[in-house]
Amino acid sequence: MQGGLSQMVLWELFHTFFLMGFVSFGGGYAMLPIMETGVTQYGWISAEKLTNIIAIAGMSPGPVAANSAILIGYSAAGINGSIVSAFAILLPSLILVIAVAAFFTKLHHNPIVERMFYGLKPIVTSLIIFAAIKFAMASNMITLEVSFRSISIVLIFGLSLFALLKLRWNPVYVIMLSGLVGVALYS
Amino acid sequence: MKVKADTRLLFQIFWTFFRISPVTFGGGFAMVPLIIKEIVEKKKWLTTEEITDVIALSQTVPGAVAVNSATFIGHRIGGVRGALAAMFGVSLPTFLIILAFGISYSHVHDNPKLEAAFISIRVTIVAIIVYAAIKIAKTAITDKTSFFIMAAGIPLLFFIHPILVIFLGAITGIIATYIKKKLGYDTEMKKSKEDDPTNNPDYYMGAGI
Repeated sequence: MQGGLSQMVLWELFHTFFLMGFVSFGGGYAMLPIMETGVTQYGWISAEKLTNIIAIAGMSPGPVAANSAILIGYSAAGINGSIVSAFAILLPSLILVIAVAAFFTKLHHNPIVERMFYGLKPIVTSLIIFAAIKFAMASNMITLEVSFRSISIVLIFGLSLFALLKLRWNPVYVIMLSGLVGVALYS
Repeated sequence: MKVKADTRLLFQIFWTFFRISPVTFGGGFAMVPLIIKEIVEKKKWLTTEEITDVIALSQTVPGAVAVNSATFIGHRIGGVRGALAAMFGVSLPTFLIILAFGISYSHVHDNPKLEAAFISIRVTIVAIIVYAAIKIAKTAITDKTSFFIMAAGIPLLFFIHPILVIFLGAITGIIATYIKKKLGYDTEMKKSKEDDPTNNPDYYMGAGI
């Protein structure tokens, strides 16, 4: 029974990340809504844990989407889950790259592809904005309550954005510094 | 002894990308200077022009830029097996690193200090996502139509599966440019060369690509 259940989880992980691999345009953060949908649908992990996973994925080398998929796989089904998730997300890249390399080496100059991207890029932007809204809700950032916690959270958000946009800090350092601030403020 | 030479080449492809891979902090574009140094200058497998072309091509294929461009380069050097060698080479180090992080996290996640850190980190992640949105928007929103597609996409995502919304976006792009052409408007698909921030690979730093 246990074996059957974990096989089901592996299959859920595989087909979610395999499909995601075929549409993963515009970087990892655009894929968060798909991961979030999978996580809610199959209940692999809690919404809060998903946000922590995205944070760890963003701090590590490697693509954010693949890193998050591997961590979700690990939390849902251990080492096997992480291996299945990694293969699921790499397989579409492998298939498409070999197909493009063999038949469509001028794909990036194709007018239809250019026109497709004219619609795809704004949608990628919508996906990322949607992810920001969802994750802001999951970290209790959107609230009318006035407390030490809510004010400090608005400040952390503003300062993080300032460090990224104006000071052009590397996101990895911003996350690390933010962690230290968290320890100082909330423990 | 053809087979032996082949295996050696495959291992060299694997090993080259294995060593480059861990520098892909905050986005695959960080890899570009190292790819040029290793593949063009040291191994002389390809020319700089070929690498630039491959990186542009790999952005039209879904998936991470680092993985796609490595796989493309591997394919150019050693066919399908070269592609596989490059993909494993570029993916294995980051897979092992992230797995190590995952395993350590699952052992210490009840630690109150770490939980306190994550309260703040979760907020910073939202800031990083907003930052990624701003960066992508600068190249994606070129006119009123593309702005409209973006604005329409956000409420749709609350009701329709994201994969379906992505397909709708691609189809809308093709239809919208077709209609505009019929109406006699020129669609500006890209920003002009001078103000296109994507010409600078550093631009995507932190966009998670």
